[in-house]
Amino acid sequence: MDNTSFRKIRIALSFLFFIPTTIILINFSEQIPSSLTKYITYFQFVPSLLKAFSLFTIFSTGFILILLLTTLLGRIYCSTICPLGFFQDVINYISKKIKKRKKRFNYSKEQKLLRWSLLFLCILFFISGIALGINLLDPYSIYGRITGQIFRPIIIELNNFFSAILVNFKIYWLYPYEIKSFNLAPFIISLLFFLLISYMAYKNGRLYCNTICPVGTLLGLISKFSLYKITINKEECLSCGLCERDCKANCIDSESKAVDMSRCVMCFNCISQCPTEGIIYSHKKHSKQKEYKLELIDESKRNFLFLVAGYITALSPIFAQVKKQITIKKNSTVPIFRENAISPPGSISIKRFNSICTACHLCISTCPTQVLQPSFLEYGIKGMLQPRLNNEAGFCNFDCNICSEVCPTGAILPIELERKKLTQLGIAKFIKQNCIVYTQKTECGACSEHCPTKAVHMIPYENNLVIPEVREEYCIGCGACEYACPVKPYKAIYVEGNIYHKLAKKNLEQEKPQIKIDYKKEFPF
Amino acid sequence: MKRREFIKKSAKTGILVSLSFSLPGFVGKYVHKLESNQTQNYDLVAIKGGEPDKMFDEAIKSLGGMKTFIRKNQTVLIKPNIGWDVSPERAANTNPKLVKRVIEHCYEAGAKKVYVFDHTCDDWKRCYSNSGIEKAVKDAGGEIVPANSENYYHEVEIKNGKKLKKDKVHELVLECDVFINMPILKNHGSTRLTISMKNLMGVVWDRGYWHRTDLHQCIADFSTFRKPDLNIVDAYYVLKSNGPRGVSLSDVVIMKSQIISRDIVAADAAAAKLFGLNPDEIRHISLAHEMGVGTKDLNSLKINRIIL
Repeated sequence: MDNTSFRKIRIALSFLFFIPTTIILINFSEQIPSSLTKYITYFQFVPSLLKAFSLFTIFSTGFILILLLTTLLGRIYCSTICPLGFFQDVINYISKKIKKRKKRFNYSKEQKLLRWSLLFLCILFFISGIALGINLLDPYSIYGRITGQIFRPIIIELNNFFSAILVNFKIYWLYPYEIKSFNLAPFIISLLFFLLISYMAYKNGRLYCNTICPVGTLLGLISKFSLYKITINKEECLSCGLCERDCKANCIDSESKAVDMSRCVMCFNCISQCPTEGIIYSHKKHSKQKEYKLELIDESKRNFLFLVAGYITALSPIFAQVKKQITIKKNSTVPIFRENAISPPGSISIKRFNSICTACHLCISTCPTQVLQPSFLEYGIKGMLQPRLNNEAGFCNFDCNICSEVCPTGAILPIELERKKLTQLGIAKFIKQNCIVYTQKTECGACSEHCPTKAVHMIPYENNLVIPEVREEYCIGCGACEYACPVKPYKAIYVEGNIYHKLAKKNLEQEKPQIKIDYKKEFPF
Repeated sequence: MKRREFIKKSAKTGILVSLSFSLPGFVGKYVHKLESNQTQNYDLVAIKGGEPDKMFDEAIKSLGGMKTFIRKNQTVLIKPNIGWDVSPERAANTNPKLVKRVIEHCYEAGAKKVYVFDHTCDDWKRCYSNSGIEKAVKDAGGEIVPANSENYYHEVEIKNGKKLKKDKVHELVLECDVFINMPILKNHGSTRLTISMKNLMGVVWDRGYWHRTDLHQCIADFSTFRKPDLNIVDAYYVLKSNGPRGVSLSDVVIMKSQIISRDIVAADAAAAKLFGLNPDEIRHISLAHEMGVGTKDLNSLKINRIIL
């Protein structure tokens, strides 16, 4: 094969990986069936590796393939599969359009100490049961958070804008999507990562990948010894330095004619830049005649300006999402102090969940009720950014186990629907002093209305009224009661998370046979 | 000429047949009864013993057919109960067969467009699909409309409301020509029953306000806002306990019944009796009766009772 077509193939393939991954991370109107996500996330290195620890199936073998691929061909993952890599390439492309300088990149020395200590720290943290390091630095998860927290709201607001226009024509096929919760801290953290990585990519290409990214460091170790390598063919090389100028990984030293394979991300830009065949990708040296080619550079800054303008305008409605205030008769008085956050069904225990989840926010984007929201300190510092059930935003749908289906890391293990319906994530606690029936002496019962197991049922109270009571053994902690409770500012019922998920009792009343009646009987009126 | 001949012939036979039918003593009694049913002005029709769609076919006949409610080119809004993510047999949502048939009747009567929506309790997309109603609506040529965003709701004043003075109501309720309310009869944890009036809670945005502010009074207040032109109470599958969501099939009784009426209070009173409760026990029925929305006094009404 012609050496110069490598770059084109790499670009084409990276689109094939990047677009579906982005779609599932945005996925607000369930365009992609959740059963497909496991194929799309299959090749993501860290999730697949983590999944193999807790559940070794055919879907957790992706990391092995990546390791093999790296041994053979080098860090193909970084330029083709990694969505954050693609994202940096986009920024890099924009910077290329804006910057007029021809000498864009220079060879730089490897930041060995930084790279290796970060990788070492991530592994050390992970072994001691803290996923925070890998959670913050895994490129796929960073991209997931940037997409979930920044791109997704923008796309949703665009969707809402167009659906609002269409409604005027009585066209209902596009419908608005209500963002039910805005989490400031996770948003700011994701925004900082977005800005930092964009800046690094704008200034110096794949700086993140070669100084911080633990996956880059690990794969770099392997690619040093890979079968196929980028090498400079000293006989053909004209020492023009074009390859070095276009090397976003800063790993080509054209003076000493050496390529640092541990940092090469296999973008093949150097090969297409080389006027001769001075730089080649092979397991042995070749020599062939090559035509001189130089890419035309578009000097427009418009692309970048559009991006910035679009970003700012699209972001403003997010901040404008302020909840309407309603006047109420009596405010509730007893505040809620939740001791434990509620972890998703299938996570088995909070501790286990915290030690595996990389907070890629795929489940958050997929959750149909939006009950899954990124946390800040609800789990404590080590569970930062990981999803939790936020019953202010929604409740866990009884007949749903989508989060367990999509989770790429196995932090949320696959759970059968019938078992999920009995899995107790937490227990509802009733605060009588806040309840409308107690404070206002009128009917309510919204909590019991929403309860799928009738763990919250209504029992007789004074003046023919009924008041909620929780039968804890039947409660699964879905939070429907808390979500539905209309009292403000503190709810009269809330779910206290279980440290270890338990199994709720099945209500045997629910297995009685149906009552039969006689249809021929006269009407009672 | 063949077609014309055919028409002539069939017209002749038609006249002959109808003549023979009108002959006294020749099943005349039966025909007379049917005709008189159509001309008599029934206030309420109660029917039982058939499938939901067949029962509606019969019941609407005695109110003069759908044509008495819908004129040509009018837009119709049907508001079934689609509140929960459960299957039809679980009796938490209106029967999809009935929804489908009612839409078909609307189109036969000349409706331009039939819209269907509910502001659901569970995730709306799952409710729409798992209740079978989305498919039923599409099969019948109607349009299923989302109701999950505050954008669809507009603030209105409720002049006759005692505690509910204003509320945000779905735009289709304000814009449609004909409004058909299609609840399912269910047990309800706090209001004891949910029928026609309670079903209207699914056309407003903020239900929490009703819960906070004397639920029964708000239900009665809202029924003064826009009275549905027709109330069709589905009582084919009836949730006898653990309402309004139900937990399992043990909560369901197959009653194979249906009640239709223009009067929302009368429909609820009759449905309550069918369920086995005295309408007076349901506070919002009494409140609405006192406020003059309709009557709960079934003895004062002309009722057609049909047992198939």
